[in-house]
Amino acid sequence: MVILTSVLTTGALTLTACGSRDDSGDKGGDNGSGTTLTIGVDAPLSGENSTTGLGIQYGAQIAIDDANKNNWVPGVKFKLKALDDKAQPATGQTNATNIVGDKTAVGAVGPLNSGVAQTMQQVFASANMVQISPANTAPELTQGKNWQSDKKRPFKTYFRTATTDELQGSFAAGYAYNGLKKKKAFVVDDKQTYGAGLAKIFNEQYKKLGGKVVGTDHVNTGDKDFGSLVTKIKNSGADLLYYGGQYDESALITKQLKDAGVKIPLFGGDGMFATTYIEAAGKSSEGDLATAIGVPADTLPAAKTFIQTYKDKGYKGDYGAYGAYAYDATTAIIKAVKAAADANGGKVPTDINDLRSKVVDGVQKSDFEGLTGKIAFDEYGDTTNKQLTVYQVEKGAWKAVETGTADLQ
Amino acid sequence: MNTLPQQLANGLLLGSMYGLIAIGYTMVYGIVQLINFAHGEIFMTGAFGALTVYFYILPDGTSMALAVPLMLLGGALVAILIAVGAERFAYRPLRGAPRLAPLITAIGLSLALQEVVRNFYPGADRARAFPGLDSTHDIGSVTIKDADIFLILAAVLCMAALAFFVRRSRTGRAMQATAQDPDTAQLMGIDTNRIIVIAFAIGGFFAAVAAVAYGLKYGNVDYRMGFLMGLKAFTAAVLGGIGNIYGAMLGGVVLGVAETLASAYIDEIPGMQQLGGQSWANVWAFCLLILVLLFRPQGLLGERVADRA
Repeated sequence: MVILTSVLTTGALTLTACGSRDDSGDKGGDNGSGTTLTIGVDAPLSGENSTTGLGIQYGAQIAIDDANKNNWVPGVKFKLKALDDKAQPATGQTNATNIVGDKTAVGAVGPLNSGVAQTMQQVFASANMVQISPANTAPELTQGKNWQSDKKRPFKTYFRTATTDELQGSFAAGYAYNGLKKKKAFVVDDKQTYGAGLAKIFNEQYKKLGGKVVGTDHVNTGDKDFGSLVTKIKNSGADLLYYGGQYDESALITKQLKDAGVKIPLFGGDGMFATTYIEAAGKSSEGDLATAIGVPADTLPAAKTFIQTYKDKGYKGDYGAYGAYAYDATTAIIKAVKAAADANGGKVPTDINDLRSKVVDGVQKSDFEGLTGKIAFDEYGDTTNKQLTVYQVEKGAWKAVETGTADLQ
Repeated sequence: MNTLPQQLANGLLLGSMYGLIAIGYTMVYGIVQLINFAHGEIFMTGAFGALTVYFYILPDGTSMALAVPLMLLGGALVAILIAVGAERFAYRPLRGAPRLAPLITAIGLSLALQEVVRNFYPGADRARAFPGLDSTHDIGSVTIKDADIFLILAAVLCMAALAFFVRRSRTGRAMQATAQDPDTAQLMGIDTNRIIVIAFAIGGFFAAVAAVAYGLKYGNVDYRMGFLMGLKAFTAAVLGGIGNIYGAMLGGVVLGVAETLASAYIDEIPGMQQLGGQSWANVWAFCLLILVLLFRPQGLLGERVADRA
């Protein structure tokens, strides 16, 4: 009943937001002096995962500010429409419908969670509007359900600037076995599209390398007490815990694990790579590891200004995980709008459906240097930038320990 | 290594926490036949009350021996205030209304409390760190933390004090009378409104104790923590026989132990691998509830309710 109530409330709120945004959009058109185009952002902006979600929103905001300030597309002002999906697939779908219904919207950035993306893809495909996720890593989003045997792209409007879990899980397995020299792993996941997929790939790859998986278990998102699980891990003799899921649960698991005297590192994916993880787990997180897509943002010369802007504006959230990827995703959409305008004699096509389809084509042809490296997409909509980094908690902060590309055997 | 003692300890600890929260459900139900679904959120606000004392009132570096009692005080103050306020402004105006009305108010109140904390408490839109009591002790093959000892001691002391209060004090006897028949109790000169307020206050106090124990044990608190814990505590209250104070504690412990054992051992039974593990703990807990209700509808320690329903 509580869930139903909150869904209804959220629905009502989003509808209200939709109404007011549309009004201001119409006014922009009436001015005649310029066109205002909207770029939608969908991410968890409150509750679970909101630290990383807000990083996406503000990353996109900075890209839009840059485009407006430097007049990247003459005569066009961009504005951001950020919607909160609370990491819930149903809310994500509502938000996608909302963005598609906005007649000034040319594309969307997001979401954070792969499970949410699954419900949004069809909505954007039907409207022929581009969607670029800076964070989704589930392979089937771009390569279809049978991605392991028969790759087939399900939606031509869906792109991502993040690399896939196939590479992330394999990279983690390789580092755990060869880098950390850990031979016995316990694998736990949260049963979500992202977490379960990641854990499965880690499990398979780790065993291929010669490691032993001494136990597996699943948790529910929202669980708080992992006493029973911790006792099992302790008893299994594992020297590493691999966790597929988000920081909300993994921070509690690592704390309870270390409190019980099990001093083994917890290794996870990019869903855990957030400062919140360290804040929530405190000293227990020392030595824990996470893989994240790309190379560390603060080592990229191009990202320096971005990070400075992010700090100056005093934005909440974590640019480290996806902020720069959201910036690049937004830039890809803006550049596609510019390409459409250039092909149309310097004027943006007035028919929104025409513009949207041209933007999809434009994004597919993206080829520019972004903050995170070269931005280009392959035939599935995946980024061609396949770099990954392992981070480790050292003195209360994430430190990059190894960067590379995953070797798929 | 034999893991059973450790798993039993895990279950007992979790169960004590459920039990402490369940008292609030049970007392209120026993007296006004209202299931206060906002009680989980009263637990949550108690945690934030204690957090406020630690981070915003006490000077940095206060020793935990001094801080914990003050945090308990702060948490209890907030939880009792909200519990009593809820009674006064959300439930009392609806007394005598059909039962569904206060139930709906309770759910509304629980959402409202969550949103208030999320929006107005600094940093509460995600998990906030809570000081922990993390030093550990090994007793045989069982490892427990200081926070666990605190929880067990608090649960035992609270129960003993409550038993004494209800059995021996004048107010306690007035509570029993009100629970039995509010109208007659009033005719005998008992101020039932005051008794109801006291029941809410005691429930709030227990919830605050559980909340501090929760914070110390898990090391962080967030605005959603009351939902699942409240639901579990409600289950514990029903399991023990709703309206029965000892039943609430027993139900909590049974639920906690059952959950822990199910998640630890069910997947070791041949053919049950798919149905075991941490993520199935809730399923088994609710199966247990269904079984108890099938064969003993009044709950483990419940009394006949036929003459009241």
